[in-house]
Amino acid sequence: MDNLANPRKTYAGLTARKAGLIACTTCGLVEHPREICQRCGAALHSRDPQSFQKTLAWLIAGMIFFIPANLYPMLITNTFGTEQKSTIIGGVIELIEYKSYFVALVVGVASIVVPLAKFAVIGLLLASIRGRWQSNPYQRLHLYEITEFIGRWSMIDVFVVAILAALIQLNFVASVNPGVAAISFALSVIFTMLSAQSLDQRLIWDSMNETSNHE
Amino acid sequence: MNTASIDPSELIACPNCDLLHAARQISEGERLRCARCGTKLASSRPNAIDRLLASAVTNAILIAGALFFPFIQLDGGGTRQSATLIDAVSAFGGGLTTPLVLVVAAFIIVIPFMRASALIYTLWPLRFGRAPYQGAARAFRFANILKPWSMAEIFIIGVVVALVKIAGIAQVSLGPAFWMLTAIVLVLLLENHNFCRWTIWQTLGKHTQA
Ligand SMILES: [Zn+2]
Ligand SMILES: [Zn+2]
Repeated sequence: MDNLANPRKTYAGLTARKAGLIACTTCGLVEHPREICQRCGAALHSRDPQSFQKTLAWLIAGMIFFIPANLYPMLITNTFGTEQKSTIIGGVIELIEYKSYFVALVVGVASIVVPLAKFAVIGLLLASIRGRWQSNPYQRLHLYEITEFIGRWSMIDVFVVAILAALIQLNFVASVNPGVAAISFALSVIFTMLSAQSLDQRLIWDSMNETSNHE
Repeated sequence: MNTASIDPSELIACPNCDLLHAARQISEGERLRCARCGTKLASSRPNAIDRLLASAVTNAILIAGALFFPFIQLDGGGTRQSATLIDAVSAFGGGLTTPLVLVVAAFIIVIPFMRASALIYTLWPLRFGRAPYQGAARAFRFANILKPWSMAEIFIIGVVVALVKIAGIAQVSLGPAFWMLTAIVLVLLLENHNFCRWTIWQTLGKHTQA
């Protein structure tokens, strides 16, 4: 009972895997090995065996769609008969020209910096898992959590385009249409989110466990 | 340590690093964190289920309301137009407008509403101390899967950016539906504060395993 009252009590650094048990990632129940979690019904894996492949596949899909997202126009504006196309970067530059520096910063970070950083971080995590890195697992987990938290915010520019297109078609002075980039970018963000979600974070720690438990 | 003697029901494993911890009754306001990586394992808030249920109901009502009140008013070229979200979704524009608007509507209306409904379905009987409804485990799993795809807070920022971009073309003012979406974001923040997946699963599990 004394042990149960101590929040720091761990089983001597034992992981569920080392103990021959499986922790359900959906509901957290720790169970003896079985196919399906008896509490929530989710598939039960000590480590998701397809995690690496799924993460990599979604990452590649996300990167591929990021290319047309930047080459093609995001927004096609028609004001008084003049057509103007702007790409993601073009939109940011336009905001700077209008002296909306803060908004330009928000859009630039969300649409360019965050996606690129996310590709890099997921790539790094995959490399660290494959290479069985033993250093800085805590920092790597932290990078993963930040990436997962912040990745969704890339959707801002897609929302902006949809709002402008939906709004301005109600008005006959100007017309705004989304370009191919809007859909490509939305797909890129969705695929990258799926990539991050497919990663089984517990893999980050596995190479640590191998050494630390060989006493 | 003799692993065969461990009773799994007395354990919490860290979802982020798999380290085992002894499960125990945590006192109100306390948080249990992983000893190795610091991940929050469980927390106890007074009346957590009550509060979660209240946020889910509030959200469902706000989302439904946001559909029918004017979202935005546009003055330009001598015309004044106010649009609800339903107008925006159903005003079928050419080209890629329609698919894009449908995707956005899914992220800010359909998914948040389904998530709120699934949470209400899961939590309602628990709040009254009754056994969960049929399929409550599935509903709660579904609600958790939907969470990252529910993007009201991002949309709010999107609206603000759109207003800055449009400023040269037309005069725009925000309608009640915009403020309803903003309220949803605040309710979601409160919900996050009270949310402990572990506790809800424990409560659900008591009934399904018995
Ligand atoms: Zn489970
Ligand atoms: Zn941990």
